[in-house]
Amino acid sequence: MSSVSSKYVKYILSKPMMGAGGKTGTWRVHRPVIDAEKCIKCGLCWLYCPENAIDWLEDKTVAVDYDYCKGCGICSDVCPVRAITMVKEGVI
Amino acid sequence: MINQSQVSSRGIRRIMVGDHAVAEAVKLARVNVISAYPITPQTLIVERLSEMVERGELKADFIRVESEFSALASVYGAAAAGARAFTATSSHGLFYMYEMLWWAAASRLPLVMAVVTRTLGPPWNIHDEHTDILAIRDSGWIIGMASDVQEVFDMTLTAFKLSEDERVLLPVAIGLDGFILSHTIEPLYIPSQEDVDSWLPPRNPKVPYVIEPGGEPVTLGNLPRMDVYHELHRAYMDEAMDKAKNVLHEVYSEYGKLTGRYYEPLVECYRCSDAKYVAVTMGAWSGDAKVAVDELRDGGYPVGLIRIRYIRPFPDEELATYINGVRGIVVFDRDYSAGFGGVLAGELMGLVPSNVSFKGVIAGLGGVDVSPSDFRDVIVNFINDVERDGYLRVRKWWYIPSVNGGD
Amino acid sequence: MVTINELHKYGRTKLIMPGTAACPGCPLQLGMRYLAMALDGKFAMVIPAGCSSVIPGTAPYTAFTVPTMHVPFASSPAVASGLRRALRIRGVDGPVVVWAGDGASADIGFASLSGAAYRNEDIIYILADNEAYMNTGIQASGTTPPKAWTTTSPRGKTEGRKDVSLIMIMHNVPYVATASIAYPMDFIDKVRRAASIRGFKFIHLHAPCPPGWKFPDNYTVRVARLAVETGMWILWEYNQGKLTISPPSIPYKDKGRRKPIEEYLKLQGRFSHLTKEDIEEIKAGVDRQWDLILKLTEIYR
Ligand SMILES: Cc1ncc(C[n+]2csc(CCOP(=O)(O)OP(=O)(O)O)c2C)c(N)n1
Ligand code: SF4
Ligand code: SF4
Ligand code: SF4
Repeated sequence: MSSVSSKYVKYILSKPMMGAGGKTGTWRVHRPVIDAEKCIKCGLCWLYCPENAIDWLEDKTVAVDYDYCKGCGICSDVCPVRAITMVKEGVI
Repeated sequence: MINQSQVSSRGIRRIMVGDHAVAEAVKLARVNVISAYPITPQTLIVERLSEMVERGELKADFIRVESEFSALASVYGAAAAGARAFTATSSHGLFYMYEMLWWAAASRLPLVMAVVTRTLGPPWNIHDEHTDILAIRDSGWIIGMASDVQEVFDMTLTAFKLSEDERVLLPVAIGLDGFILSHTIEPLYIPSQEDVDSWLPPRNPKVPYVIEPGGEPVTLGNLPRMDVYHELHRAYMDEAMDKAKNVLHEVYSEYGKLTGRYYEPLVECYRCSDAKYVAVTMGAWSGDAKVAVDELRDGGYPVGLIRIRYIRPFPDEELATYINGVRGIVVFDRDYSAGFGGVLAGELMGLVPSNVSFKGVIAGLGGVDVSPSDFRDVIVNFINDVERDGYLRVRKWWYIPSVNGGD
Repeated sequence: MVTINELHKYGRTKLIMPGTAACPGCPLQLGMRYLAMALDGKFAMVIPAGCSSVIPGTAPYTAFTVPTMHVPFASSPAVASGLRRALRIRGVDGPVVVWAGDGASADIGFASLSGAAYRNEDIIYILADNEAYMNTGIQASGTTPPKAWTTTSPRGKTEGRKDVSLIMIMHNVPYVATASIAYPMDFIDKVRRAASIRGFKFIHLHAPCPPGWKFPDNYTVRVARLAVETGMWILWEYNQGKLTISPPSIPYKDKGRRKPIEEYLKLQGRFSHLTKEDIEEIKAGVDRQWDLILKLTEIYR
């Protein structure tokens, strides 16, 4: 209990934090794997990732945060060049 | 007791109905946002406040909502954005707010509401009863009940100070009896705006927190990670309720210095220091009960009156002090908790030692008039019964006038 | 219109923090991200009971990065009204946004929504429409389409659909639009336009929900897009007296260019029980809706 500031408990307030709903990467059944060769850096996977788990970097390449990616597969569905494959977790 | 002797010279004397006294206090508190929905006998408050806003006497925003639920929701939103806010209602309107009452209290935002007490239907009945305001007693609101128009005004004004105190931060409901106070003209002393301003500064919008675009990115009210946070939050509310008792002492003592009117903050004790029997009341009919006590004293009965001013926080210690050493207690409830009896009787009973006689009387429901002689008769009968039998314990007893006619 | 290149500046910004409690593929989370980008993360948000009360995760933490109040189911338009009024008095600017579900908007909070709209409160109201009470486990709401399966309409919903956005126009508010999570640029433009107008702004955001509509998690955007391409969901904008079809829906004014409605329906388990006649009825409904909206573009020109 002592770890929670009384301000937050007293006034039922919360502060922004990654993973407020948990380490949601553990929910994943299929993992999105990006083929950097194919990627045309369009940013659509970033745009449509509900989880905000994709970074669209300065050079316009994309990177998935697997700590939080839930494996929904939307990124793969919207990629115009099919550069994202959904691979079953545990399969290398 | 009210001490009118050293009234500050800067105030003015007026005569006014209770509802208008509420509006007057709201104006002097420089409330920023007001929202309320019409319902008898509260309506005079909304009307008067609307006039004040329209005339520019009160620089506030009046939100003309479509229901009491939205009235409370909107002043709650205003409080979250840092405003001093006020609403008022009665009976069915109060019940229409019910869900919001709890949400507002647990959000720990300062708010003031006037509750003009009224019977609940069916049948439709606009007359006085306290069942409405007592039905919100578990919601987290501080609840006071006034006994005359001056006290309506004083309780409303002090409510802002109390609610905004950092040790409290709970909403405050002020009850006034429908028609008996809301629509009855009585003399009223109103302090000057200057005096009120010196004592009640503008609300600090950052206390306890503020919801505003670009502000600190707090989220209020999402699910707790552990249920114990919820439990702890309620324990903090309880702590604030307890502290509110001390704050009430402070607030009324400052207010006394400002206005010359001093109150015993939580309960008022009338002629009960040497009493063997005490009656307990709350609200406007306490005046009639006092008349009865005076008459009985003249007749040699050792009787006093305990008047509850604030039922939340529950004044247990104060009541216990006055109850200590008496032979019998008779509680008058102008309310009814179905299947149980009088609410005040129920709450007080736990404080009454088992060797002390007790009677819970339900009277005045639906606006039935209860006169000083009614009080006198009930109290005398109670005393006589106890003196005859030595002991009496009645949780619930209906005092209903005989009805002529009908079949 | 905003372009994706313009949004690149948010490429690494977590306006909604990852690791939320939403289901995989949640449309509400998409919508909220777009909303936050549209307003550059500077607004206050009011959220009634619904999935969005759960999505931010658990206290004392939250995925939301703007000041937010979770409030009772029916209360959000009124709470937002009070917030706005108080902020104005205090001289604080910036949008106040209600983010509410279809149950909160079309049903239980309808009176309070109507009240805030008619008072022309200066707020942006977003109805994030997943077409049922999802938080409580997929029960039919006022915007659930006719015939759709829900747990309270196990043989298909027998009532029609409340057209909340058209009802809002009749409240004489300055701005009403429909939007879709599949068309983020259109939605972002609309939010920004709304933010530039004073008064009550209403945006009805179509938000297909994988568990609630029974389609795979990866189809959220595909289903939302098909709703527009088949003409089932029409993107339009009413801005201060003028109603126009929004760019993504313009091609589908022409019935011949709309994709077959079956393509939309067949992806969703909630429609798997439909008969041929049911589908014909739904098609007729779509045609009627287009007729109505196109007539309205004539009236409000
Ligand atoms: C007064 C009240 N009644 C019922 C509920 C239970 N409840 C919570 S969320 C919800 C459904 C929300 O549906 P909707 O508004 O469509 O939002 P969604 O969950 O689909 O996003 C219900 C019925 C409640 N919280 N309050
Ligand atoms: S699988 Fe879903 S959550 Fe994971 S990166 Fe792709 S869109 Fe985001
Ligand atoms: S959608 Fe495909 S092509 Fe576009 S950035 Fe993502 S991976 Fe690359
Ligand atoms: S039920 Fe639907 S709307 Fe609700 S969190 Fe899950 S995906 Fe999102």
